[in-house]
Amino acid sequence: MIGRRSRKRGAAVRRPPPPPRQRRPRGARARLTWPRLRWPQLASPRVYAARHLQVLIESLGRLARQPVASLMTAAVIGIALALPSGLLTLLDNLQRLSLSWEGTASISVFLHDEVTGDRARKLAEELRSWPEISTVNYISRDEALAEFRQHSGFGEVLDALETNPLPGVLVVEPTRQDLTPAGAEVLLERLQALEGADLAQLDLQWVQRFAALMEIGRRGVLVVGALLALAVLLIVGNTIRLDIQNRREEIEVTKLIGGTDAFIRRPFLYTGFWYGLGGALLAWVLVQLAFLLLRGPVAHLAGLYDSSFLLQPLGLLDSLTLLLAGALLGWLGSGLAVSRHLRDIEPS
Amino acid sequence: MIRFDNVSKRYPGGHEALRGLSLHVPAGQLTFLTGHSGAGKSTLLKLISLIERPTSGNILIDGQNLNRVSRRQIPFVRRKVGIIFQNHQLLFDRTVFDNVALPLIIAGHDHREIGRRVRAALDKVGLLEHERAYPITLSGGEQQRVGIARAVVNRPPLLLADEPTGNLDPELSREIMHLFEQFNQVGVTVLIATHDIDLISRLNHPILILKAGRLQAAGYARGAAP
Ligand SMILES: Nc1ncnc2c1ncn2[C@@H]1O[C@H](COP(=O)(O)OP(=O)(O)OP(=O)(O)O)[C@@H](O)[C@H]1O
Ligand SMILES: [Mg+2]
Repeated sequence: MIGRRSRKRGAAVRRPPPPPRQRRPRGARARLTWPRLRWPQLASPRVYAARHLQVLIESLGRLARQPVASLMTAAVIGIALALPSGLLTLLDNLQRLSLSWEGTASISVFLHDEVTGDRARKLAEELRSWPEISTVNYISRDEALAEFRQHSGFGEVLDALETNPLPGVLVVEPTRQDLTPAGAEVLLERLQALEGADLAQLDLQWVQRFAALMEIGRRGVLVVGALLALAVLLIVGNTIRLDIQNRREEIEVTKLIGGTDAFIRRPFLYTGFWYGLGGALLAWVLVQLAFLLLRGPVAHLAGLYDSSFLLQPLGLLDSLTLLLAGALLGWLGSGLAVSRHLRDIEPS
Repeated sequence: MIRFDNVSKRYPGGHEALRGLSLHVPAGQLTFLTGHSGAGKSTLLKLISLIERPTSGNILIDGQNLNRVSRRQIPFVRRKVGIIFQNHQLLFDRTVFDNVALPLIIAGHDHREIGRRVRAALDKVGLLEHERAYPITLSGGEQQRVGIARAVVNRPPLLLADEPTGNLDPELSREIMHLFEQFNQVGVTVLIATHDIDLISRLNHPILILKAGRLQAAGYARGAAP
């Protein structure tokens, strides 16, 4: 608007030009023409994207020019992120370990005395076809007695009895999916309802205790994680605040020549992004190193228990989540600092 | 182009820098603004560039009332005003080229357009061969010209300058003023605050004289015909 009107008026008051005094440098090409203003001018999406990419790289370059200070900040963030992600990975491993102790969660189905060995074996055969059951082992009354005699040391007492007091047992192992406390409970009820079953008993206690412990562990890690995420926000926020103060002049000049808040905010947001991403990368390295160091001794220990358990480091998905969370926290922390402090800086 | 209508400006300290000032700067003119130290020259320019807001009265730029410009709209108004202030000069960690390119980057021009326009502006102020230099390696006069190139690179219809020749020798001052005259000749409205009575009285442009926040006189220098 201004452009068009002023051009007209400008032409009206134009005076003959004074004799040329300014020497033009050799190779001078383009001449400025005045004023040709289109307003408002919106950048094309391509230019906009290119601008973002440029700021992304520029802010990384700026960090690289102060490698020690940048690395220190990233290291603090990295340690803060490594703690919760390391603990979570540890919990995941414990969960896997509990699954490998499948046998411990078996259900013992005690049979009525009148159930014959043939009936019991048929019943076992039938149970094996259930999808939620992986194995069924039949222990007859005689076998039970023999085992008891061998292990208990009460052989003479038993000899004094006229009849075998022990019932036949079907030892049922659920499949992995049905090992959850709720799944095991359902299976238990079905087995209890079997004809010929006197009592079905689940060694539920440890499954439930372990699940409860895991839940406490998970909650604890969440609390610690939330606190440390807050710490990351503050670290990045404070670093960016200092950065804003150091670049006060630049911000003033940019505002003076028409830079919008979004334009001025952008480099700081990307700096926060890089801090967060760098910190998350360091955290990743720390966690993987720790698990690599623990892997040998844990495998050795598992071997002593006849287990082939292997400590698993961060998987691909978890690693990506960690990096994303770090970058996001950095971005947010910077955004908080910028929204607090950028308004205070105005040209004067 | 610029109209002040009974404008007063009282600073937070209570000092009244402008008192009921009314004036008009026609479009396409180069106008000098002068007066004693503390007369309110810088204040007047700051009001136009929305660095300060008036306590009362209206300021119109090309019919647009600045009182109605919201905080969010300020950048878009400033893009239409080229500003050359003594204390807001160059960014010393960037090359001359990058300094001059900044307004174009802000406005979202594409890469090639930026290169073309920056070189045209640097050519205009005679610094084309210094585009890769850092401002610290330039003389005071050259730095001032980089500032001018940055102010004009976006082709604003209005150019404001506060003491643009403040610490330059007479020869350099004349060159800078001549540069402003050249922009003015292609239609840009130019308003220059200056103490340099000697220099402006030899140039053929209208002069506004402020005294204690009021317009004391408006006209042409004695030696120059209107
Ligand atoms: N930010 C401020 N806060 C308080 N008072 C101010 C502020 N800026 C300027 N003033 C006062 O307002 C008056 C006018 O100042 P201004 O800078 O407009 O004068 P000037 O004509 O530009 O002077 P000079 O020629 O010395 O630059 C002065 O008395 C000054 O002390
Ligand atoms: Mg001043």
